[in-house]
Amino acid sequence: MTEAAGTRRIVVEATINGEPQEFLADERDSLLEALRDRIGLMGVKEGCNNGNCGACTVILDGRLVCACLVMAAEVEGSAITTIEGIASSDGLHPLQQAFLEDAALQCGVCTPGFIVAAKALLDVNPHPAEDDVRLWLAGNLCRCTGYDKIVQAVLDAAGDGKESA
Amino acid sequence: MVTAEKPYKVVGTRPIRPDGTDKVTGRANYGADIRLPGMLYGRVKRSPIAHGKIKRIDASKALALPGVRAVMTAEDLPRKGRREFAPLGSVKISLATLSGNVMARDKVRYEGHAVAAVCATDPHVAEDALDLIEVEYEELPPVLHADEAMLASAPLIDEELHTREMATGESAEEPSNVAMHFVTEMGDVEAGFAEAEIVLERSFKTKMVHQGYIEPHNATAFWRHDGGLEIWCSTQATFVMRDHLAGLLEHPVSKIRVTPQEIGGGFGGKISVYLEPLAAVLSRKTGKPVKMTLTRDEVFRATGPTSGTAIRVKLGAKRDGTLVAAEGELVYEAGAFPGSPVAAGVRCIFTAYAIPNQRIDGYDVLVNKPKVQPYRAPGASAACFATDSVMDELAERLDLDPIALRLKNAAVEGTRSADGAAFGVIGNRDCLQAIQSSPHYRSELQGPNRGRGVAHGYWYNAGLESSAYASVNSDGTVALVLGSPDIGGTRASIAMQLAETLGIPAERVIPQVVDTDSVGFTSVTGGSRTAFAGGWAAHEAGLDLRQQLAARAAKIWGVEAEQVRYRDDAVIVGPAGEDGGERSITFTELAAKLARTGGMIVGRADSNHASAAPTFATHVVDVEVDPETGKVEILRYTAAQDVGTAIHPSYVEGQIQGGVSQGVGWALNEEYRFDEKGRMENASFLDYRMPTALDLPMIETVLVEVPNPGHPYGVRGVGEVPIVPPLAAVANAVHAATGHRFTELPISPAAVLEKLLPGEE
Amino acid sequence: MQAVRYARPSSVEEAVDLLEQGGDRARVLAGGTDLIVLARERRIDVDLFVDVKALEPLTAIRYDPADGLAIGAAAPCYRIAADPAVQEHYPCLIDCATLIGGVAIQGRASLGGNLCNASPAGDGIPALIALGTTVEIAGPKGRRTVAAEAFCTGPGRNVLTSGEFVVALRAPPPSDRAGAAFRRFIPRGEMDIAVTNAAVHLRFDGDRVASARVAVGAVAPMPLLVEEAGAALAGTPLSEATIAAAAAAARAAARPIDDMRGTVKQRRHLAGVLVTRCIRIAAERAGVQP
Repeated sequence: MTEAAGTRRIVVEATINGEPQEFLADERDSLLEALRDRIGLMGVKEGCNNGNCGACTVILDGRLVCACLVMAAEVEGSAITTIEGIASSDGLHPLQQAFLEDAALQCGVCTPGFIVAAKALLDVNPHPAEDDVRLWLAGNLCRCTGYDKIVQAVLDAAGDGKESA
Repeated sequence: MVTAEKPYKVVGTRPIRPDGTDKVTGRANYGADIRLPGMLYGRVKRSPIAHGKIKRIDASKALALPGVRAVMTAEDLPRKGRREFAPLGSVKISLATLSGNVMARDKVRYEGHAVAAVCATDPHVAEDALDLIEVEYEELPPVLHADEAMLASAPLIDEELHTREMATGESAEEPSNVAMHFVTEMGDVEAGFAEAEIVLERSFKTKMVHQGYIEPHNATAFWRHDGGLEIWCSTQATFVMRDHLAGLLEHPVSKIRVTPQEIGGGFGGKISVYLEPLAAVLSRKTGKPVKMTLTRDEVFRATGPTSGTAIRVKLGAKRDGTLVAAEGELVYEAGAFPGSPVAAGVRCIFTAYAIPNQRIDGYDVLVNKPKVQPYRAPGASAACFATDSVMDELAERLDLDPIALRLKNAAVEGTRSADGAAFGVIGNRDCLQAIQSSPHYRSELQGPNRGRGVAHGYWYNAGLESSAYASVNSDGTVALVLGSPDIGGTRASIAMQLAETLGIPAERVIPQVVDTDSVGFTSVTGGSRTAFAGGWAAHEAGLDLRQQLAARAAKIWGVEAEQVRYRDDAVIVGPAGEDGGERSITFTELAAKLARTGGMIVGRADSNHASAAPTFATHVVDVEVDPETGKVEILRYTAAQDVGTAIHPSYVEGQIQGGVSQGVGWALNEEYRFDEKGRMENASFLDYRMPTALDLPMIETVLVEVPNPGHPYGVRGVGEVPIVPPLAAVANAVHAATGHRFTELPISPAAVLEKLLPGEE
Repeated sequence: MQAVRYARPSSVEEAVDLLEQGGDRARVLAGGTDLIVLARERRIDVDLFVDVKALEPLTAIRYDPADGLAIGAAAPCYRIAADPAVQEHYPCLIDCATLIGGVAIQGRASLGGNLCNASPAGDGIPALIALGTTVEIAGPKGRRTVAAEAFCTGPGRNVLTSGEFVVALRAPPPSDRAGAAFRRFIPRGEMDIAVTNAAVHLRFDGDRVASARVAVGAVAPMPLLVEEAGAALAGTPLSEATIAAAAAAARAAARPIDDMRGTVKQRRHLAGVLVTRCIRIAAERAGVQP
């Protein structure tokens, strides 16, 4: 990409999905834009770009955030986990497996955000009740499933005792 | 809950969907995920006013901005005549309408109407350039409500539009904002009402609502120097897209290839073209691939919601509840160009019930709002809201159980609807009975401010053309190539039908959705047709494979093909051999031998069957209304649906739960809000207020399986009818909880308070 | 996003300088959940984000029984909600810190940012007003403080002048037999802007209400401290009559507008409902049965 008017490149160092990385971003990139357009982590989805759908949910220094509401410049020195970092080399995360087995996705575009959010939930509350799951996931919109199977999948992933370490 | 045992091995099981792993790991490629070398980024300049003439567009400042590569306007698109059409399923669509909607020419008809598009080397620069495109308008008074638009004195949105009487095909002399008038009549309505012992007549209104898919529209185009045009996008209809582009751009179909990416929801809203022709023109101008994505704000303002409606329903019945006459008048907002789903509303409004005397009028009316597009059972939900609200009141007046009243009047096999068609095998009564005997309906609802409502809906489903290719691999798997973009798991359900036909496990069929050059014509993913027609094509491709595999076994064995049979357990058997035993070979064994015995085998099918069968749904919902705030909480929801054969029951349940969720949103909070100048006020997920996980309980489903005799596996469409009953079911429940009838949607807290606090302040 | 620069000062003085030099087009970036959206959608003109999250006084949460609570203006809601002292002594702040947006918003959004954004419906502001919070401001002329109820001056407007920004929010020490609560009404279960919100702080002397502060939001150009409602409660034991009088005062003080999020009638009515609900919870938290 060539330099154009109003663009200003910055270099950002961050640990992304466990890998220290240095990447070039535009100073006005959001973290969402940087993750997608500069780094190529296309699993982070854009649904609304104003914090109201949760499709771009990532974990930033241990906290769930909407990547569209973070500037790329802000993540200097931070650790970020995206959907691409949820499965390990051993295989899928129990949440991912539960989403598959419970048919908790239809179009799938909200799925990365839901799985990242649900992982953050199980990290702090390994055995949530249905109401806990619904409250925690209220920032993630799904238009296909009516949430039923998503909530069930999170409960199943927790119930198996396979919650994340 | 699934109600029937089935004689199948694969159909009715719940395998993991073939595209699932990519979707839970973030690896699936959606339209916006495309990145091509040298790619430019495009954006659309949009009208800030709802109605006006374009006096001047000056892009010189934008073109002077470093990084900007091209700007286009309607002048870069061929001018299409009013009588030029492109195919869309079994109907046709005006190219003038399509072209006029993708980019305004001379006149803007709604806020957000595209007036120009720009591309640049960086997405931020493309955005900066929008402000530098100068557009001068002569503002015209907007027409925002259908009732105003129908008046002779209303400003005309399209001076050359004359009301078309669909019954006669004639057009009115004077121009009008009413594009079409439909009439359907059966029996003698006047005599019917004269015979009635109770007559109820009520009027209802609903607002425009959006499909609300989470993925914004997107398109990437590359116009090659040899004239080949490549399109990557999230669409429900690759071939429709190709054909529409050919018409809009006056470019040969053979030069256009549309490659579907994964699609992040559509519900009918991703059939029409929006960005594709703009990206194509910008690519032609620059020689580079151009990617365009809409913002959420643009999705709301400039893609197609479904119609706001005004519906009047009059029902006449005997004292025992027998319906004797019905009259309906449906006025649907088309948005800024003709084409509301009012015809479908007319078709569905009374069809679940056997009513001997009916008259239904439908009007397709232009207003200065976005051009509507299909939304899940288009036109039927608002119609059901009207009819089933009146049915609820009728049951109340006659002191009848609401399910009993519907059972008394339910259409059955042989019942003719107003359009003259007679039903075949249907599960209409079965759905009502399933709810009647459900634990939910049999339970007692206790507590103050609570109420239970039921409603019953109908959708007709579509057939149309689908193709499939199936190639046997040497490892005993089958690669299945499809043309239907998969919005809700149809790769799985279609692959399962092929696996059933071949007698092999579901996992052995590997389905793939491919571009328009790589498979035969396949119509839109919509109308609940994809599992029906795609499954049928896959089945026929499987039958083709069975025949060819049997012939190959015969060749190997040196016997006549007629002596060899492909059994349903995937064993090919032939006449006894020299050792006296029956010759047999499994599908997997034969697959391994194909290459050395004459080559690999491909089965294919191009099927077009008109035997799609209708579906019905009965819903029951319990609500609690906070009398202090007017907020309606959904306590419990059960949906019974005649699903034909449930191919993959989990995804059938998912379709029902998703449709219910959308319907609940429509009933309670969702609406397009416009200011007096026609500017949308709530174009964000924040203020459009779709249901979150916190707004719904688990949604219980009852899959009533009445197989469609017109399909090899009994498939009926399942995706659409679940959004038909929720509006009325919720309204009826709120009535039960509060004693107030809500004839307008949404039943928002403000609307509820308005009824609960009539005197205050 | 408009062309915007990003700076991350390492001292309050540096931040003041950057903001003063930047003038109207320099904005303080805390959680960014409002600012980034406003800037992206070009609803404000901005060319510099001054990220104050590296400044210790802006992120610290300190509690001292004598001095009370000091919340750094940029401390995110999730840290406020997880703070043991806040949980024990200021449950009213937990009410709002766990309600603003969803979990992902609470990972970033701050009460200071919510206040500075000065939305009439801001869900953090009534609680700050009810608690008697003072707003500590740094600027070119040094520090000054403003009462929370005097901070917002209109929709999106506040008392800050060029170069100024909010450092911390200081709530007075908790008293025995005091309680406070915040409630809001939204059409959905989560993720909405309040149609109306309210907060109440009650301090008891025996059974008698010694002092009461009642605040309501989304019923005027800025969140209101309704002194008449407090006066209706103070000086006597809590009763259905005094609660009704406070609710009536809240309704009377409300001068809402009709907009896409609610109607005049609805908002005025809800002001009474929510104040009533908050009074009951605040009393319960104070250990008094209303």
